[in-house]
Amino acid sequence: MTGTDVLLLALGAVAVGAATLVVTTRHIVRAGLYLVGCLGAVAGLYLVLTAELVAWVQVLIYVGAVVVLLLFAVMLTRAPIGAATDLDRPGWPAALIGGGAGLGLAALFVDAYRWSRVDLPDAGTADRLGTAVFGSWVLPFEVLSVLLLSALIGAIVLSRPDVGAAPSPEAGAPPEQAGQPEWTEPGGRG
Amino acid sequence: MRPVIPYLVAAALFGLGLYGVLRRRNAVLLLMSVELMLNAVNLILVTADTTVRAALPYTGQTFALFIIVIAAAEVGVGLAIVLHLYRLRASVIVDDVPLGDDADGPLDADPPADDAAVQVDSVAERQEVTR
Repeated sequence: MTGTDVLLLALGAVAVGAATLVVTTRHIVRAGLYLVGCLGAVAGLYLVLTAELVAWVQVLIYVGAVVVLLLFAVMLTRAPIGAATDLDRPGWPAALIGGGAGLGLAALFVDAYRWSRVDLPDAGTADRLGTAVFGSWVLPFEVLSVLLLSALIGAIVLSRPDVGAAPSPEAGAPPEQAGQPEWTEPGGRG
Repeated sequence: MRPVIPYLVAAALFGLGLYGVLRRRNAVLLLMSVELMLNAVNLILVTADTTVRAALPYTGQTFALFIIVIAAAEVGVGLAIVLHLYRLRASVIVDDVPLGDDADGPLDADPPADDAAVQVDSVAERQEVTR
């Protein structure tokens, strides 16, 4: 057990504990905050595993953007502030399948790696990762940019009911959305 | 560095994410569980990058970056779908989403409501009536 192993164990315990709270808590907002803890601990694991750039990108995009988006969704769907009782469905099949998948994967990894040790490679800095991305993986990188663009357009189309709605002359306007009155068009342009 | 430790953490995260996806009824919490599963895959990729000496260096970390980008796109579109569902149904409980022909009930003949709360209440009432 070296210092690296102790760090990995501690950060892994934080990540697994926070993830357990995410899937078991009765407060939606607290689930988002526990998710921050879990993703931060995973970012720490990346740092220990010498993946510097991935760790900072994780902090930037996951903790900075994805969690904020999820909390926005919690607010916009008017989630209850206190403890909610209708968040879960009866959980024995879920516990069985989730536990089975987790234990199966764990058995697979333990059987593959035992208690062996490896030496950590050179740190994955922005310099080296940039060389890898733009040297060997240029085409997937460009395809990803197209994916991001299409996801952006898809989100816009989904959140605007007047885009792509079928014209229905007797019904008038498509349903107005709650909360964004500046988008409503009573004339029914549809 | 013992690679079995981060691998076991990743397996636990994946199992917890799968449990959350199957257990939770709230769509936002379901998306959070999906994020847990994506993080488990990322952790496996980064750990494999340290244990497997591939022909191309830093392939695992590059793929982890790609998956982070895909997760950002996924959560954007997913939240747009969740907000649209809330607008139509006034609820994000995925068990209550009707599947099949009765799914397009409140889209038609929607009376214009100028207040948001009235809109939400009317949608809820219409849900009761159609049921």
